[in-house]
Order: sequence, then C-alpha cells, then structure tokens
Amino acid sequence: MPTTIDVDHLWKVFGPRPDRVPGSPLADLSRPELRTKTGNVVAVHDVSFAVEQGEVFVVMGLSGSGKSTLVRCLTRLIEPTAGEVRIDGRAVREMNPRQLRDLRRHGVAMVFQHFGLLPHREVIDNVAYGLEIQGTSRAARHKRAGEVLDLVGLTGHEHQFPDQLSGGMQQRVGLARALATDPAVLLFDEPFSALDPLIRRDMQAEVRRLHAEVGKTLVFITHDLSEALTLGDRIAVMRDGALVQVGTPEELVGAPADDYVTDFVRDVPRADVLTLRWIARPRRADETPDGEPLPEGTLIRDAIPRILRANGPVRIVPSPGAGGAGAGGAGAGGPGAGGARAGGSRAGGSRAAGPGRSGTGVAGARADGSGADLVVGVEELLPVIAGHGDRVPA
Amino acid sequence: MTAASASWTGRISRLPRPGRRTYVGVLALVTVVAYLGVRTTGAADSDSSAAFRFFTDVRTWVDDNRDTSPVFLYGINYVRLGVVELVGAVQSLLYALGGAGLVAAAGALSFVLAGWRAAVLAVAGFCSLGVLGLWDESVDTLVLTLSAVLLSVLIGVPIGVLAARVRAVGAVLRPVLDVMQIMPTFAYLAPMTLLFLIGSPAAVIATLIYALPVTIRITELGIREVSPTTVEAATALGSTRWQVLRKVRLPMAAPAIVLAVNQTIMMALSMVVVTALIDAPGLGENIIQALERVNVGAAFDAGLAIVILAIVLDRVTTRAATYRRRGIRVTAAAVAAAVVVALIPWGDSFPAFSFAKPVNDLSHWVELHWYDATEAIKNAVSAALLNPLESVLTTTPWWFFVLVVAVFGTLISGWRSAVIAALAAAGIAGLGLWLHAMQTLATVLVATLVTMALGVLLGVLCARHDRFAAGLRPLLDAAQTMPSFVYLLPALALFGATRFTAIVAAVIYAVPPVVRLVERGIRDVPATVVEAALSAGSTPRQLLWKVQLPMARSGLLLAANQGIVMVLAMVVVGGLVGAGALGYDVVAGFAQREDFGKGLAAGFAIVLLGVLLDRLTQGLSRTPAKGHS
Repeated sequence: MPTTIDVDHLWKVFGPRPDRVPGSPLADLSRPELRTKTGNVVAVHDVSFAVEQGEVFVVMGLSGSGKSTLVRCLTRLIEPTAGEVRIDGRAVREMNPRQLRDLRRHGVAMVFQHFGLLPHREVIDNVAYGLEIQGTSRAARHKRAGEVLDLVGLTGHEHQFPDQLSGGMQQRVGLARALATDPAVLLFDEPFSALDPLIRRDMQAEVRRLHAEVGKTLVFITHDLSEALTLGDRIAVMRDGALVQVGTPEELVGAPADDYVTDFVRDVPRADVLTLRWIARPRRADETPDGEPLPEGTLIRDAIPRILRANGPVRIVPSPGAGGAGAGGAGAGGPGAGGARAGGSRAGGSRAAGPGRSGTGVAGARADGSGADLVVGVEELLPVIAGHGDRVPA
Repeated sequence: MTAASASWTGRISRLPRPGRRTYVGVLALVTVVAYLGVRTTGAADSDSSAAFRFFTDVRTWVDDNRDTSPVFLYGINYVRLGVVELVGAVQSLLYALGGAGLVAAAGALSFVLAGWRAAVLAVAGFCSLGVLGLWDESVDTLVLTLSAVLLSVLIGVPIGVLAARVRAVGAVLRPVLDVMQIMPTFAYLAPMTLLFLIGSPAAVIATLIYALPVTIRITELGIREVSPTTVEAATALGSTRWQVLRKVRLPMAAPAIVLAVNQTIMMALSMVVVTALIDAPGLGENIIQALERVNVGAAFDAGLAIVILAIVLDRVTTRAATYRRRGIRVTAAAVAAAVVVALIPWGDSFPAFSFAKPVNDLSHWVELHWYDATEAIKNAVSAALLNPLESVLTTTPWWFFVLVVAVFGTLISGWRSAVIAALAAAGIAGLGLWLHAMQTLATVLVATLVTMALGVLLGVLCARHDRFAAGLRPLLDAAQTMPSFVYLLPALALFGATRFTAIVAAVIYAVPPVVRLVERGIRDVPATVVEAALSAGSTPRQLLWKVQLPMARSGLLLAANQGIVMVLAMVVVGGLVGAGALGYDVVAGFAQREDFGKGLAAGFAIVLLGVLLDRLTQGLSRTPAKGHS
C-alpha cells in the first residue's frame, strides 16, 4: 500500500541556536542536562516513521513527550529543525508559503484538543471556514458544510453558536470543519481529552465509523492508552521526544520494547488484545489436539471457552487470507524479543490487513518449531488470564 | 543604636533580608535627624526662574515663527488643519441632523447596536439635555468627543494590533504609554496651545493624547488574548496571515475593541470638559465659569448634562460589546423610524428646567447649617496633617529631598526606579517651583492617605459582605463613569474654595478604583486557602488579618499606586477652586500671557511629580514576590 506520510529523521529543538543540536553530541544529553547547558529543549528527537494510505496511526505519550509538537511539524505549524516530512511524496519542508497553504487547504486537516472554533460564527460558518478562505462561493460552501454536519450527526444545529453546544458537539463541529475540505489526511491532536469519558467513547466510535465511511489516513495523538488501542492500526510510543516503539496494539502489549512501554501496557487486559499466535507453541509428540482448529488471528479472549472445554491442546492454523504476512513482518525472535522496535529501523512495513495484524509471534514460533503443528493448551492461557493480575474477561 | 547606625547605613545593600525592618527604621531616624540639621525657611518661589524665562522665550519664538518655520509650515499646521476639517465635518453632520434628527439618530443607532433598552436610555438622555437648556453646549461637547474618539480609534486600533503582533513595537510603546497615562490632564494643555493655538483643534489633540493609551492598551490586550488554538486551527486550514487577522483575530477581539472604544469615549469626554480651559466650546465652559464664581448651582446643571452624556455613551457602548447584531430588516426599520422622527419640527417646545436655584439654595443651607461641622473637619485635618506635613516638605532643601527619594526609592522599588524618581525630583527643583510642588505634594499625600483608609475599609467590607458589595457597585459604576470635573461640585458645596476642597474631590475621585482593587485582591485569595484557615478554627477577624489581607498585599499596593496617581490628577484640577500651588500656576498660565512660562513650567513640574510618585510606589506591588522568596 502506498505511503501517505513519510517522516524521516525529524528534529524539533526549542531554544537558542537550535540548529547545532541535531546530530551533535549535545543530542545525547538528557533533557535537564541540555537545558542547563545550552537552554535548548529537544521536543522531537530524530523521529522516523511512515504512515500508509488509509491507516490509523496513533502517537501516544505522556504530556511533554513531544507528541503534539510532532504532529504540528507535519504541516509546519511548528517549523521542524531538521529532517524531512513527505506527504504523498512531496517534501513539506521545501514548500514555499503558497504551496504550504495549498497543502493545508486541500491535503491535510487538523482537529484540536480545545476545538479552536470561532465563537463569533454560527456552526455552519465555522464548518465552512476552510472553504471560505479558499474562495468558495457562499452557496457552495454552505451546501458542503451541511453535508458534513449531516455526516457527524449535527443536522439541525447549523445556526447555533459554538458556545450553545456541549463539549462533545463542539468537537463534532471541529471534526466537521476538518472534513469539509475533503482532505486526504486528518490529524487529531488529543481531540477527546477535554471530553467526559462517556462522550469520549461515543466520539471514538464516531471516528471509527467515519474512518470506515470516508477512508482517510488518520494520525491520532493521545495520552490515553485505551484510546490508542481502540483506534490504532499502529501505535507509536513517544518518550522525551523520541519514538520508543512503533507497532500494532498486539506488538505493544505482547512485546513491549522496553521497561517504559512495559509499564505503560501493564494494566491492559492481555486477552483482549493478544491473539492466539502470541501463545502458540509447537505440539509435543505425546499430545493429541482436540476439536476444530482455531485461526491464529483469534483474540485469546474469544478462544478461552473453546480451549477450556477441549480435552487437550487446540490446534492453531494460519488465519485465512493472512498467509505470508507474518513472514514479511518484523522477523525473528519469539514473542517478547521481537516487535518492531523504533529508532533506526523503519517500522513501515509491518502492518497487515485483516484480523491477524502482524505475524511476529507466529513467525518466531515457526522458526523454532520448524514447521511442526502449533497448539494452545490451558497452561498457555493461565499466565495471560491470571498471571499478570489482569482482569479475567467474562 | 546611634553608634551602630552610621556603620549600618553603609552596609545596607549587603545586609540580609531579616535585618531589613530594623535598618529601615534606623534609616528613617537618621533622615529625621539630618532633616532637623539642614532644614530651611521654605522661601517662596521666584517669579522669574531661568526655566520660566526659557519657556517664555520658546513661546515668543513659536509665535514669531509659526508662519515661517518649516516645522510648522509643513507639519504642525497641517495637523491642525486636518483636525479643524474633521471637527468641522462632525459638527456640520450633527448640526445638519438638527435637534430631533440627532435624538432620533442616537435612538436608532443605539437600537441597532445595543438593543431597545439602550435606545430608550439614549432618547431619554438626549431629550433631557434639551430640557436642561444645554442643548447647544452638549452638542459642542459631543462634537469634540466624537472627533477625538474617531481619531483615537483610527490611530489606536491599528497601533494596538501592531503592538500585539510585533514584539518590538509593543516593547517600545510600553514605557511611552506608561508616561502618557500618569500625566495629569492639566499638564499637557499648555504645550498644546503652544503648538496648536487655543480652541477646538488643540482641545481635540489634547483629548486624543489623553485617550489614546487606553485605546491602544485594550486593543493590544484583546488581540493578544485571542485563543491561540483558534488561530492555529485557522492556520492549519490554510489561512493567509491577512485572513487570520481579518477573519479570526479581529472578530474575536471585537468585544475588547468595543470595550476600548467605550473606555476611549469615557476618557475623551472627561478630557473634553477640561479643555474648556484652553477655550474649547461646550459644557466645560459652563462649569469653569460657574466654578470660578463658586456658583455651585450653575455648575450643577452642566455637570448633570455631562453625567447624562457619559451614562448614555457608556451604557450604549457597553451593551454593544455583548449584543448580538440585529438583522438587516430590523436595522432598516429603525433607520426609517429615525428619519420620520427627524422630520418632526423640533422648535423650542421643550419645557426648560434648571436645577441651579434649588441646588444653590441647598448649598447655602448647607453652608449655613453645617458650617461649624465642615469647618471643624477642615481645621482638624489641616492642623493635624496638612500643615505639619506641608511645613516639613517645604522646609526640606531640594538636594536633601532628592537624596531621601533616592535612598528610600532604592529600598522600595529598586535602584532603577529610584534613579528616575530622584531625577524627577531634581527636575522639579530645576524648574524653580520647589515650594509650590511641595505644597501640592503635601495635599496629594494627605488625600492619598484618606483615600487609602476609606478605600481599604470599603473594599474589605465589599469583599466580606456580598450584599454590601451589591449595594455599592452601582455607586462605584456611576462614579467611574463621571468626568473628573464633576467631582469638584459636591466638594465645593461643602467646603468652599479652599485647598481642602481639592482633597475631598480627589478622595471622591480616587476611592472607587481603590475599592475595586482591594475587593478584587481579597476575593482573589484562593478559596482553598480560606477553607483551610477556617477549618483550622480562624475567627473571621483572624481570617482577614492573617490570611486575606496579607495575601491580597499586591492588590492593595497596586491600589495605592493607582490611587496616588489619580489623586495627583485631581488635586491639580483643584487649582481651579482655590487649591493653589501647581494647579493654580497652570490655570494662571492660560489666563495671563506674562504667566505663560510659569504655567508651562508648572505643567512639567506636575508631570515630574507624577513620575516621581508613580516610580516610588510602583515597586511596592512587585516587592512581595522578592520578600517571600
């Protein structure tokens, strides 16, 4: 699948003379050391990743980890210090102001944490703003705004002012405004952090629905792990400006790259995220598999009843349609050792369609088991269900 | 103690914080002792100091070269001409509307911009100007005010936007605006007449200078406070800088800009009245004539007319800031109605009504029956505070005063401010108006003391009793809407033409903002802190003295700084009603040609006094942060 956003060794350094930091020994200092020494802060630290067309790419990190700066660097709302960003193959940093404006007008739209609506305009004129500044006629832009408002479920609120709407509805306006110009890419900067948990869940569902309907490429910034796991095809974890790990939700939970990520995903119910391939092992010679084989892409949660009922281990077979995906993925090593680690390596290619997202685990197991049957027994389930203090799924 | 004091004074700067209170005390003692050693007899100011002669020469030169020097020929005279044209245009517009037309236009405009309540107020207010028999004067005042406001907005809003967007512009403007804002109104009238002659143009330009800082400041603040997220969102959608300014920043700052216009109008109205001193037409003339003859009743009518104008203009513009505009159809209907009303012949059908007689009767009655009481207050304050303070200040040699200002200024506000304050003090001495300046200073200090005592008391009451605050608020609102001249009237009615009148007027003038600042300071104490103190078992009194007042300290000190500058402005205006000293010198400078130099020098002395007081007290509100760290 074609790459929509390609970020290549991107740096953003704040403070005096930022140019001297990237690539120099200064960049290896810790944040406090660098601040006392030169007064600089590295907000984005040599970040590389690629987002494919139609993908939902989530950037997750705690506040101050540089994720909001990173997403603003993509359209140069904040000017990067070094590196390159290519959107649809065009180098963003080489664009002149006019080209950049064109990119923002037609190519990439953004949704903000605090909405950023214009309080003096009615909802419909807020949504139509992007078209208005392109010089679209009033009738045409109102027609389009009406359609988009319909899409986000705000029909009937066209002539209200933003302050007459609830937070959730205001963010729908923000979403509609971003959709109105029909951009190929949508950037979300913690769009739901300011909303109530219930409304947040609604809005997440809304984003999933819209993604399914309009099929845009989404880059989604959040500090909320469950949001990241719910929405993301792939998740990038940021810490102190650098990417710690880029991978599917499964890879993050099943094979955290370091203690930081491990800490992050500690409370995630593993059975809800991991698939059988993460716990499959080669069949021992003395075992007889029982019952219908299960596809390797089945969530452990969904397989628990079957495995508990079976007399002996259950055989695991490759998921239909996901054939070679595993082998093409991040390669050798069993679960826990593998995972697409960020840093120098480009983490672009590890995504696969369908329920089985990435084949790291199986690929590793196959390498070890040299083609033997794979099975999952009760003893493999136990650590996942009980061993980590996770909630046992119903 | 005395043995140690000499060496202590030498080590001031190096002493650690804990010793501060002690050495300030010792320093004060040293100052007193030194004063007793060096005091003078307080000789009267000379009538022809070098400064006076210099200013007179300047005036002579200007008069001689007004039509030949290129500065005037190609600069100042054109400015004057432009302002004359503008005033003429506004004037012919308002005159052309005629009486009924103006009332109708005001009503329609208020209706469209601010709703029907404001429209009713505007119509009623304008009609009552006619009823008072002051229609022509009111229109003249309105012409000058509108001209000045128009210029202020045309110049101030773009500068404000620029100052908010270009860091360098903002940084350069800040000190300039500071000085413009502490300059008492009286001070720049004389230079205006020098450059622009007397009459309307000079009045409009003086008003412009007075009102412009407010326009710029509030606009700048409004633009600065536009939500950065919204700006970012608009940028992310591909807006150009110009589109962001026009479609996001300006509309979002619109309420602030309307507020700026509102404040500009209030300032301008207040100043336009004062410019009657340099022969500007309007209500101010009536007041000044009445004040000079101590005719409280005649001044009352004109004062009332000004207050009515102020209230109408204030309410209409305040409501306009939050009012959602009418549709085009309603606007058209309102305009049509206005045109119909305007065609009704106006005539002299208004029943003329004047408060002059009843007010004069009341004032005489007060004089007759309260004379003993007011005399007693006046004499007590004079004997206990004013006279001793004045004699101390006037008998202090100027160099010693400068030294004291420098030393204590350093302690209060840091050496930078102290140097400026000391230079200002030296400048006053250089102008040859030492005695008058010290007399004015004594009056200012006493008035400030009373203002702060009253303001803190009322502010604390307001902060602690919601009902009291609710009752006082409309009074404070009204007081802050009124132009400064009006405050002289009640003071004059009570205390006649004396220096004490200036003090009373200054107190009335300066108390409302002080009450506001004190109340806000106390109310801004975080609720959690108050809760914690209460749950520890504090009595309400302990809460006030140990928690609220100490935490509101910076608010109190800001109030002191604001109060003192306002008091100075009003005390100087008191020169019109017998307060003497610098204010009188300024007035005399307008009246008599031979006193022009002295008047101009007095104006400068007032500005320097303002700078001195402002710099000395400005540090107060900054020190607590240092003190606690």
